[in-house]
Amino acid sequence: MLGQLGEGAKLLAGGQSLIPLMKLRFASPEHLVDLNFISDTSFIKEGSGALHFGAMTRHAEIENSALTRQIPVLRDCAAGIADVQIRNRGTIGGSLAEADPSGDWANALMTLDTTIHCLGPNGARKLALSDFIKDAYTTDLANDELVTEVEVKIPPKGSSGAYLAFKRTAPVYPSASVAVQLAMDGDTCKDAAISLGCVGLTPIRASQAEKELSGKRLDDKALAAAAESARAAADPQPDMRGSADYKRQLVAALVKKAINIAARRARGEQIEGHHLYA
Amino acid sequence: MPEVATTEKVAVQIKVNGKPYSREIEPRMLLVEFLREECDLTGTHVGCDTSYCGACTVLLNGAAVKSCTMFAVQADGADITTVEGLAKDNQLHPIQKAFGDSYGLQCGYCTPGLMLSTYQLLSKNPDPNEAEIRRAIAGNTCRCTGYMNIFKAIQQAGKNMKGA
Repeated sequence: MLGQLGEGAKLLAGGQSLIPLMKLRFASPEHLVDLNFISDTSFIKEGSGALHFGAMTRHAEIENSALTRQIPVLRDCAAGIADVQIRNRGTIGGSLAEADPSGDWANALMTLDTTIHCLGPNGARKLALSDFIKDAYTTDLANDELVTEVEVKIPPKGSSGAYLAFKRTAPVYPSASVAVQLAMDGDTCKDAAISLGCVGLTPIRASQAEKELSGKRLDDKALAAAAESARAAADPQPDMRGSADYKRQLVAALVKKAINIAARRARGEQIEGHHLYA
Repeated sequence: MPEVATTEKVAVQIKVNGKPYSREIEPRMLLVEFLREECDLTGTHVGCDTSYCGACTVLLNGAAVKSCTMFAVQADGADITTVEGLAKDNQLHPIQKAFGDSYGLQCGYCTPGLMLSTYQLLSKNPDPNEAEIRRAIAGNTCRCTGYMNIFKAIQQAGKNMKGA
């Protein structure tokens, strides 16, 4: 059907980005194909060491799923997106396919082993999230392809993470967001993944900041070095949410806070994530 | 490719407050427009029309949604609850009574949306603390009250509903 409709067609998932964009005339698709009536596209399953989310699974369903609690980054992200009403409608597949630089899911999932399942007339294919997100508002999806499933590997024991977004109020996009995933061996960090959102055209992997943590004890010095590297890796645009300097400062602070939460969670502490408001 | 005129209409049946409404509507019609213009239920307000303020909040099969950010055709076959569906037999719903008793409103424009967000919260958590209330109504903007009396109203409503 998408093949027949051609380039002017757009898929409608939760509609929480697309409908506002259409009202602003930033998007004027000739055809809208509503995915909401297709059965079996909304599910959360565990299998072969991974969690599997149907593309049309709502943020609220992910937030409230007991399975999601195994991967704190997922719950932090789902529970903090916009507000209750938007989480009841918006979908994980829609958010990823939209590839909004300020979207939450792409950044949160970047620190995990995430595979996107796509389907088109030529069959199904899977690709890593980092290959799926190409640019701002641009994915690897062809016009006649859609996302069917998001697969997230469950990290091994001793590994945990945190996702923090800083927002002025609930329904707006974050000013900056940070995802951290740490593999810990006692007090020493074996491996770290750090991704920065809203401060570039796509989520930015802060690889130097990751190096500052790997193989080290997470003391104040290591945290300060990681925060400084993350600040340097951010490439923010000044806009109504703040100046570029302000956003870099914000990223540095969020990175420290997220590392702290991730490390404590890796030790087995239960910490409820909350997005931060101005 | 056949040209599809935007005026081409689609038949829908949407149950609103227990009553089925069968209508032929344009696919581009928003749910809030359907409620206000097709059902004459003007209790659901349009505030910002950008998915921000929550004045248009209704329940879609029990879940709070912003009716300005969904097409009416998407609610085909669904159950919608608006503020008009809260009172029963000329008796205010405990949530409505609590908002009145606690002065949880001033101009009242945001109140229908707030009451439906409250409805979803209390149906899962009848005794919410302030942090839980803040999270539950984060998608509803009130420009008069400063929210303190709304928190009181929601806590009172929870007590009213447990007692009911």
